[in-house]
Amino acid sequence: MKTLKNLGYLLGLPVILILIWWAATLETENFFVPTPASLVETFAEVWFGERIFTDVLPSIGRLAVGVLVAIVIGVVGGVLIGSVRWLRALLEPTLEFFRAIPPPVLVPVLMLLMGITDTMKVVVIISGCIWPVLLNTIEGVRAVDPVLSDSAHTYGVDGWARVRYLVLPSASPQIMAGVRQSMSLGLILMVISEMFASSSGLGFAIVQFQRSFSIPEMWSGIVVLGLLGVGMSFIFQWAERNILRWYHGQKEVENAA
Amino acid sequence: MQPDPTQAAPEAMLSVRGLKKVYQTDGGDVEAVRNLTFDLRAGELACLVGPSGSGKTTLLKCISGLMAPTEGEVLLSGKRVSGPPKKMAVVFQEYGRSLFPWMRVRDNVELPLKNQGVPRAERDRLVDEALEAVGLSHVPRSYPWQLSGGMQQRVAIARAIAYQPEVLLMDEPFAAVDAQTRADLEDLIRTVWKKLGITILFVTHDIDESVYLGERVIILSSSPTVIQEDIAIDLPEERDQLETRSLPRFTELRHHVYEQIQLAKKGDRPAAAGTPSAGPTPAAASGADVA
Amino acid sequence: MSSKTLASGAAAPSVERQHRQVRKMPTKQLLGLAGILGFLLTWELIPRLGLVDPNYLPPASEVIAALIVDFGLTAFWVAVGETMKAWFLGLLMAVAAAVVLGFIIGSSNFLRKATNSTIEFLRPIPSVALIPLAVLMFGVKIESSLLLIVYAAFWQVLIQVLYGVADVDMVANNTARTYGLGRMARIRYVVFPTTLPYLMTGVRLAAAVALVLAITAELVIGSPGLGREIALAQSGGAISGMYALVLATGLIGVLINMLMRFIEKKTLSWHTSVRSEVFV
Repeated sequence: MKTLKNLGYLLGLPVILILIWWAATLETENFFVPTPASLVETFAEVWFGERIFTDVLPSIGRLAVGVLVAIVIGVVGGVLIGSVRWLRALLEPTLEFFRAIPPPVLVPVLMLLMGITDTMKVVVIISGCIWPVLLNTIEGVRAVDPVLSDSAHTYGVDGWARVRYLVLPSASPQIMAGVRQSMSLGLILMVISEMFASSSGLGFAIVQFQRSFSIPEMWSGIVVLGLLGVGMSFIFQWAERNILRWYHGQKEVENAA
Repeated sequence: MQPDPTQAAPEAMLSVRGLKKVYQTDGGDVEAVRNLTFDLRAGELACLVGPSGSGKTTLLKCISGLMAPTEGEVLLSGKRVSGPPKKMAVVFQEYGRSLFPWMRVRDNVELPLKNQGVPRAERDRLVDEALEAVGLSHVPRSYPWQLSGGMQQRVAIARAIAYQPEVLLMDEPFAAVDAQTRADLEDLIRTVWKKLGITILFVTHDIDESVYLGERVIILSSSPTVIQEDIAIDLPEERDQLETRSLPRFTELRHHVYEQIQLAKKGDRPAAAGTPSAGPTPAAASGADVA
Repeated sequence: MSSKTLASGAAAPSVERQHRQVRKMPTKQLLGLAGILGFLLTWELIPRLGLVDPNYLPPASEVIAALIVDFGLTAFWVAVGETMKAWFLGLLMAVAAAVVLGFIIGSSNFLRKATNSTIEFLRPIPSVALIPLAVLMFGVKIESSLLLIVYAAFWQVLIQVLYGVADVDMVANNTARTYGLGRMARIRYVVFPTTLPYLMTGVRLAAAVALVLAITAELVIGSPGLGREIALAQSGGAISGMYALVLATGLIGVLINMLMRFIEKKTLSWHTSVRSEVFV
């Protein structure tokens, strides 16, 4: 009974929305909006074939590499900068400025510097995604509890052990918040680097469909991007649940008190 | 005039010599600790009590090597303390902030040993013994924040014990737990102290607690801090929350410490203040004064 | 997080820490300035020493000179105006829609549960996926920018408002009810003040996202604004001009951040603790 109710909550609204869509496209032929059935049909036709290997997987690969490299550089750099007081004071205003630059403008800049290559697209993703992780890590490292830090110090937990057992876990809530921002930025940058400067990839394919007025195909591409976003969000939530289990537990206890 | 480090009694485990700490601030220098000199023999349990704002925490930070004194020095077994020494463990008041919330109880206790490179079997034995000693053998898989305040402080104590220190510093460890838990934890400290024979310096603002726990009570003046008085507690070795606290002698000692603290608050300073050559008052002698 | 650090234990060391910060303030700002100058110097040297072709990366001095020239041009300010117009309208529409929906959904347990799956599915869809649709429907008009901006900014605000309204439930609503406050009074005195800090966080995040999408739309679709100017400068070979415009977008980003923090501080000055972001 309970699971049935939860299932209702889960699927109720989506089903209603799809029914409305279906009903709305039933009567009049709308040029911009395909019917649900034709969208599903096109989706299977367009994406379950060669395109997976020529467009989808390469895009995902560039995205994954870019985001991961950005996270690694951001965390390592953030720990370093956050631990050294003068370095932080020296770099923070400059880094804040870099964070404030809307990352999409990097596409024309890097296109100019590197040409239109796969590496360029990965570098676009890296250089746009790095800032939230880097600045959040700096902030998290700075905010390590002084009592906890003293405790670690008195027990001789210094150097690398301090980073491993104190600094990184302590900063992990902020780091994860940065990672979340980076992941959605990464997806945006992947798409527009392909729309702007490419001859393959998801972004390129979708723009091609739009230019040739293949409307159901274009919508199916939008759906692919949507699924990619949802998939990334699931991966993130799974990772976050595991990494920050202690943090959410602690918050719950604090809120209950 | 600086006290000569060689003045430290040869058998002293912990020796604080002419310690002075001045904080530099915008509004000028603030002298938190003016001049402190005292020795702790190996295996002694001494309580450090003083009015609030008497620089107790500052003193403890200097002793534990977390902060460098402006003048004077701290010696541990005759060696000058310049950073947190291996032979020393500290239990802080803020139990909620001194344990790693991302580690389970057992990992918290184990971490310092792991970091020292203690072999696994040895480590397991020490952690088991320590958890057993504080009565927490049943919760090794819990996270600290899942436990009550008193139990969290027990974990911190277990971590200190497992580390096998020669000197244990405790900074108002029970100030933030409820009265009943507090009584239990006081008895736990006495038990652990007797069993392990370690030297304990217990900082508190609670007069009852200092008299009940200590073999000796060092009373601090108000800031800038000097030693107001150093008395021996001649209560029976076996202490009991009800029996000991109802002894006439307990009331007398408590009364005396209370008076001294009131004097300290009014700014009344002992004659010896500022003249380190007077050295530490022999504990037994000043204890006799009270009697 | 921050509340923990505030409840510092010992008086003396925390006093010391505060004072040290106060004293270091000018030093800190000087260091920050030195960092910016150091960055500009490095940038100046890289093309001058031939590490990168100056045709592709002109020295900092040239770019800054180009930016100063831009400051005197009407066309530049028109482009800035277009970008800011799209940013402001988009943000306004997103916030209005998110606040209304957020309060309606948040105040009903049934609606919150029923919409959860849909929100969690729609929220991660990247708004740039809508670019082809925007082009088909609106071409290079400002509506294209608005579609992307509103979609991206809306979720940021909605999520925070939902958190805020959920927070009310736990804290004060019952208290207010026991004192006999009616529905409107509860919304006025309890729900709204409790939600406001969350709302402001959402608006601040949305403001940053809105700028990113405004520039994106101009860059990719070609709707009027700084983004389009950047694309034009790049394809037209006006390289210093392009870098100058990139700097300008950064400056706008910094100004928007400062403005948002200022507004947040002003609106929440009555609030005992300006809340830290919810990490979700």
